[in-house]
Parts: sequence; structure tokens; C-alpha cells
Amino acid sequence: MSSSNAAYTQVRPYTRGWLALMAGFGAVIIVALGAVWHMEHQGHWVTGMTNQVVWGMPHVFAVFLIVAASGALNVASMGSVFGREDYQKLGRLSALLAVALLAGGLAVLVLDLGRPDRLAVAMTHFNFKSIFAWNVILYSGFMAVVGVYLWTMMDWRAGRFYKPAALVAFGWRLVLTTGTGCIFGFLAAREAYGAAVMAPLFIAMSFAYGLAVFILVLSVSFKMTRRPLGGDLSARLLRLLGLFVAANLYFTALLHVTQLYFAGRGGVEAFILWNGGIHTTLFWVGQVGLGGILPLVIAYGGCGHAVRKRAMMASILVVLGGLAQVWVIVIGGQAWPLDLFPGMEVSSTFADGHVHAYAPSAWEVMLGLGGVAVALVIATIGMTALGLLPSGLETATESRGCNN
Amino acid sequence: MTELSRRQVILASGAVLIAAPVQARAPGEPASARSRWGLLIDTGKCSAECNVCVETCKAEMGLSGHDRPLTDAQYLRKVNVRDPATGAAHSVPVMCQHCAKPACVDVCPTGASMKRADGIVLVDRHICIGCRYCMMACPYKARSFAHEDQTGQQPYLPRGKGTVEGCTLCVHRIDEGRPPACVEACAAKARGAMLFGDLNDPKSDIAQRVAREATSRIRADLGLEPAIRYQGI
Ligand code: SF4
Repeated sequence: MSSSNAAYTQVRPYTRGWLALMAGFGAVIIVALGAVWHMEHQGHWVTGMTNQVVWGMPHVFAVFLIVAASGALNVASMGSVFGREDYQKLGRLSALLAVALLAGGLAVLVLDLGRPDRLAVAMTHFNFKSIFAWNVILYSGFMAVVGVYLWTMMDWRAGRFYKPAALVAFGWRLVLTTGTGCIFGFLAAREAYGAAVMAPLFIAMSFAYGLAVFILVLSVSFKMTRRPLGGDLSARLLRLLGLFVAANLYFTALLHVTQLYFAGRGGVEAFILWNGGIHTTLFWVGQVGLGGILPLVIAYGGCGHAVRKRAMMASILVVLGGLAQVWVIVIGGQAWPLDLFPGMEVSSTFADGHVHAYAPSAWEVMLGLGGVAVALVIATIGMTALGLLPSGLETATESRGCNN
Repeated sequence: MTELSRRQVILASGAVLIAAPVQARAPGEPASARSRWGLLIDTGKCSAECNVCVETCKAEMGLSGHDRPLTDAQYLRKVNVRDPATGAAHSVPVMCQHCAKPACVDVCPTGASMKRADGIVLVDRHICIGCRYCMMACPYKARSFAHEDQTGQQPYLPRGKGTVEGCTLCVHRIDEGRPPACVEACAAKARGAMLFGDLNDPKSDIAQRVAREATSRIRADLGLEPAIRYQGI
């Protein structure tokens, strides 16, 4: 049943820390809006994006946040769908974060449109063949479903809807991430994508990113509001994160093995894995090394540091590795030229036949960070307005194994 | 002689116009699925130095540009293709391929990318939100994003910052019964490498040649069934 027997308290507003935090996020958002104004006013030529690399840094942030959003809901699902009681107390925060991250990601996506003023058009004209249009529906639906789910967690009178809402939300998040993966998986033209394995890969990515962000927000908010956080819970979350990171690595490997198996995809594979410059570096060092292997070592390796610290370290690495991974997928996939004439050498005035350069402009980075700030502001306001944070978690779980 | 007179009869009936190969569409009359406009490009007649079609396209469409090749719009380009095994080289005009199953139309969330009944693929710039997903999906890289304010616009081709555009097959000319600008210019100033016409009309030159001679389509393996056919590559 719902976690109504646990004690939840709001975060106290207008304290010095709270004000400083909000001022910081606010400043980032204002800078981001300035960047948006500049990019829209001048046109996209002031960004690093071109007619070759049409999706740039804003998409890296947006895809990361959207993917993380569905993953952030997993903690709630663990409690309600899979009956893990020790996670139930975290369900409210998990649902709030899911909504906040999605809002942040969508804000970036919308503000990077050529015509953000036509958002109403996007909401009223639907081409039901388009996976993008489906995603618009999936995203808005996700907000609604998670909203209801959160309500059933918070209002004991809605308790009988708790389980069904949890199930719907869990199913919805899986479909949503499948949809996001299919945005790339359905692009037959681009050699780096166009594989069904993109869908499960994106689900694995979402599990890892979402949990990492959840651990970070949980730890920081507990620390800032001086709530006790038990080492056992951190240890459990860290082990779970390790599992998700391993799944992400597995599907990444599967993607590349599949690609290598396809005749004619050797070029793009060599590009990503071997001679793609920044993309190769970000793949091996960022995605696989920092975002994959190192968190695994931290999660399952020695017991040098306090487990809470280790969970934080691993989560930060997973976030950074995740951004690198999304970069490799989004930018690396476009940097590799379209193959109009397989087996031929080509050149043209429209940059055919050679690898496309892309360097993000500061404006794009500002916009992306603005999305992160939007997510964190929503999360902070949510924790302030509603009783979402458990007042303490130290006695919630019992110790298992070597973790502190 | 009999052959000629039969042609004359057909000519007189107005079914085929030699000077203007296409029947103009009456104002207000919708495009019809009876037609499937296409091009047959003979790359053997197309030299690497010749840029007549590209320049004509730019002038016709008012693509003034800002001397920023990475972000300036280009509807038609010459792609130099070389077979590394044999050294055989071609220079191929590539534009929107006006696919029967256009990937851009499938992915466009708002329906701004659309296929007209007669097979011409267009962007409705009033409902394009500039998401650029169509550019991600097009295997021919046939679309450009309007990266900045546009000047020198033509009345028949409204262009706007923040939306996506591409070759319209000169739909404004086709509707008047004229061939696309590149085709006309290639015939007048170069070697007439392009043949324009209705692939659905068995009597059209293009349909007859496509039926008779070997032609190919770029990335035919993707199954998008482009209306632009090539010979010699
Ligand atoms: S950029 Fe415009 S035409 Fe292209 S997919 Fe998006 S809305 Fe459709």
C-alpha cells in the first residue's frame, strides 16, 4: 500500500541556503533565456549547428534530461510495482523528479526549435505517422500519469488507485523511452542509427541516468535540510546504479556489435570507435570509462570511502558519462556523412562525403544548462510546497553486505 | 509520314504539347494523383565544370545566401562521384528526390512536410516548427534550414527564418505548364541532361524512356521510390 505511514516534511523556504540556491538557478535560467533570445533573433547560424549537423548541444541536454526523467521514476516503481517497501518512502521524490526533468528537457527542446512561437501548432497538428508526434503525446501523458501517481501516494483517500496508477506510470515510462529511442532507431538514412536496439539501449540509459540524478538530488537535499540519510539506503541505491550502468554498457556493446555485423556500416563504426577524434574520445573516455567502468568499480569495488560519498561520486560520473554518450549518439551520428553512393568517393559544395565538424556555441551550452536549472527549480519548489521529502531515512533499511 | 501525321493529330488534339511538355493547371484546380512528376538525368551529358542548373536554381528560388556554405540554403547541388576501384567519375545533380514514400513526410510531427497528390514533396512553412527532424530523416540531405533572415525572396517561394525548405521541383512553374528552371536552363545553356515529365503518362517522353532504358535511383535500397531517375551511374 501507499507510503502514507512514513513522515514527510516540506523544505523550509526563504532560508539563506534556499534563497542562494534559487538565486543561482534563476541566474542560470535568465542567462539561458538571453541565449535563446539571441539565437532566435539572429537565427541559428550563430550556433554551431549547420545544414549538416542539424541537432546540436541543446539536443544533447534535452535528450539526456528526457531520458533521465523516465529513469527517475524507477525508484517509485521499485516501491510500488515491485513491492520493495524500503523504496516506497522515496516514491514521492522520484515522481517529482521525473516530472521536473521532463519539463527541463522539453523546455530546451522547444526553445531550440526554429519557430518556438509555434508550440501551439505542434500541439494541434499531429501527423500520427511521426514518432515525434507520438512523443509529444507520450510526454504530456507522462506528466499527467505521474501527477496522478503522485497524488495517490500523497492522499490516503486515493490509496486504492495507488497500485493501478503505479502500473500505468511504469508502463508509460517504458513506452516513452522506447519512443525516444525510436526517434533515432527509425532513421534508416543515418548509418549510426537505424537499429531496433536503440529502444532497449535508451531504456537502459534512462535507468542509469535517472537513478544517478535521483541519488544526487536525494543526497544534496538531505544534506542541505539536515535530514539523516542511512548508509544502507545509499549502498542499496549504489548497487542498483551499478546494475543499470552494466545494462547500459551491455546494450551499447550490442549496438556496436550489431552495427559491425551490418555490411557497409564498418565506416561509421570505425569513426565512432577508432578514428572519430572528439567523438571517439568521448565514447571511450567519457561514456565507457568515466560513465561506465569507473562507476562500476566504485559500486562494486573496494570500501575505501563512505558509501554515501561513493554513491555521489558514481552518480556524478554517470551523469557526465551520460552526457558524453548522448553526444556520441546525437552529434557523432550526424558528423558521419550520409552515404548517397555507397562505395564511391563523393564531394560537393554542400559538404557531401566528408566528416562534418561541429563545435557547440556558448549559446547552446547556456540553453542546455538552463534546462537543467529549470528541472532543479521545479524540484526545489515541489519539495518546498509539498511534503515530498521523508524526514529521515536512517532506519529505513537493514544493512546488506560490505558497503560502508 | 504516317507516323508524323499521327503525331500531328495528337498535337492538334492538345493531348501532348511539345513546346510546353506539361499541361497547365487551371487556378483553383487541385493537383491530381493522375500525374507523377519526375526527372530523368543523364549523367553522361553532365560535366563536372558545368554549374548551370545550380546557378539557375539559386536565381529562380531567390537563394541569395550569406557566403556561409555550411548554413546557406542549397536546393540543388552537383555531387562529384568517383569510383575508387575504376577511377570512373561523374558529376551528378542532386536535389529533393520527391520520393513516393518520403521519409521527411513520415517523421514530420506537424504534417508540414507533405506530398502533393501529384507526388511533389513540399514544406508548408506556415506549420513547420523548425524541429529539423525531416533533415535528420532525409537520406539525400536535400533540405536546408533557414538559419537567418531571408532577403530577395520570390513571390512564389516564401522563405522564413527558422523553417525548413528544399527543392519544390519548381512547382510554381509546373502548375503553369512550364518545366523546372534547372531543366530549362540545362537544355538552353548546357547539354540538356535533364528530362522532365509525367512518369504516370505512358505517352510522355520520360515514361517511355524509363520503360525502355536502364535507369537507376539513388539509394534505391531504402525503398523510398524517388521520382528522380539517373542514367550513367
Ligand atoms: S522541420 Fe518543419 S517540415 Fe521538418 S519535420 Fe520539423 S516541422 Fe516538419
